[in-house]
Amino acid sequence: MIIRTRRDIPSSQITDERLYLRRREFITLAGAGVATAAAACAEGAQAQRPPALAGVRPGPFGTSEARTPYEDVTTYNNFYEFGADKGDPARHAGGLRTRPWTVRIDGECQKPADYQVEDLIKPNALEERVYRLRCVEGWSMVIPWVGFPLARVIARAEPGTRARFVEFTTLLDPRQMPGQRDPVLEWPYVEGLRLDEATHPLAILAVGLYGATLPNQNGAPLRLVVPWKYGFKSIKAIVRIRFVEKQPVTAWQRQNPREYGFYSNVNPEVDHPRWSQARERRIGEFFKRRTLMFNGYGDEVASLYAGMDLRRNF
Amino acid sequence: MPRAHRRVIKPLVFAAALLPLGWLVRRGLSGTLGANPLETITHETGLWTLRFLLITLAVTPARRLLRLNALIAYRRMLGLFAFAYGCLHLITYLWFDQFFAWGEIVRDIAKRPFITAGMAGFAAMVPLALTSTAAMIRRLGGRRWRALHRLVYAAAAAGVAHYWWLVKADTRSPRAYALVLAVLLLARLLPAGITGSARPAAGGPRGRPSATR
Repeated sequence: MIIRTRRDIPSSQITDERLYLRRREFITLAGAGVATAAAACAEGAQAQRPPALAGVRPGPFGTSEARTPYEDVTTYNNFYEFGADKGDPARHAGGLRTRPWTVRIDGECQKPADYQVEDLIKPNALEERVYRLRCVEGWSMVIPWVGFPLARVIARAEPGTRARFVEFTTLLDPRQMPGQRDPVLEWPYVEGLRLDEATHPLAILAVGLYGATLPNQNGAPLRLVVPWKYGFKSIKAIVRIRFVEKQPVTAWQRQNPREYGFYSNVNPEVDHPRWSQARERRIGEFFKRRTLMFNGYGDEVASLYAGMDLRRNF
Repeated sequence: MPRAHRRVIKPLVFAAALLPLGWLVRRGLSGTLGANPLETITHETGLWTLRFLLITLAVTPARRLLRLNALIAYRRMLGLFAFAYGCLHLITYLWFDQFFAWGEIVRDIAKRPFITAGMAGFAAMVPLALTSTAAMIRRLGGRRWRALHRLVYAAAAAGVAHYWWLVKADTRSPRAYALVLAVLLLARLLPAGITGSARPAAGGPRGRPSATR
């Protein structure tokens, strides 16, 4: 399978000339900033972080936007398997056993297999990808994920010609996931992507954030990150990846098909039936900011949807 | 309950009703409102509006059930607290959510049922707050005042709908509020014989209407 990557630099990544000319000044300032930040971290909640991941290298598609603090990224979560309140995952996910963890890869592919999660991760170089995350509820974060392209796992499984979609499933275990005792959603959580979306270089499987092992409340041991779609598409604690011919029915579609579509691309022009999607509150900011088409990843992904009515395929 | 007791209890109830606000301010000052402080403030002020509305609606059934007519003395204050928290809730929406973009706000009210319901609930509380003074009660006369103040049912129902329609999937909490409201409304339909005598209250302060609502 050939995976095309964009070689040209998107306009959003080109440094403004005025900034370029002041680069030395910036480096001096940045040095001072790093020193201050390091001092702040040393006295902060650094000690509670999980172990750092070795050999993480910066990956493509980064952003220079301010990162959402680790504290906020790990205490403000939607992960209904642990409760519907945003503080619930941080409170209740601690007991989830993430090893041993088996991921089944099956369906329309040449090499179906059950993998230990380590074996799935091992052949891949870990990259840091700093992505914007836009929740369907109207808030957003900037998160430095650690992971590897989903395309690598897909290539290894050798999907057949009938594989048109990829279906993902979260662990079903109400003893470990107390939220699953309540029928808030139909468990287990299911998500899906079109195969060309899944093999897009922006789509990653994440195993960490902020250079350290992924906390349970953020979807350990393995989660999807598709930054141009609303956050709920980025399924957490994955136990199964299945290649299918028909479009999967996702958990949120099942819950409310009128409000949650299969694509769920970030789109400021298509409102949620109950609220506007035109603006968002970046966590840590007072004023709301405009939401960007495809969450600002239009240069990379708009071609996937050429000719599609995005209002109908919401 | 003699008036002397009331003079002690009333300030206590007043102080207790301020506690949720005090707690919010405290969390704000210590930076423990969470990752999305403005959302926390919006949710908390909204919930307390609804809670005070339901507490206010509980006064009459409680008074009948406990045969404690003196409870009526607290109803106006509790209702005004519902209005006060409602004002805070509305301000957080107008300011922190919309930044006073009136065009957007009007569109929101027209287009989004949960905002429509919330606004309707607030609008229903405004005349109740305005006519809560003894002078206004005298001016309107007991019968008209009572009729007007039946709007509190609309306000509470709109509040519950507002909350229910806002929630994404887990409707357990709004359903609990709906259930409490239903119980409080049904309690009013029970014949007086079951809930104890609805003996006319021994006069509210300064000739307030003694109607059982």
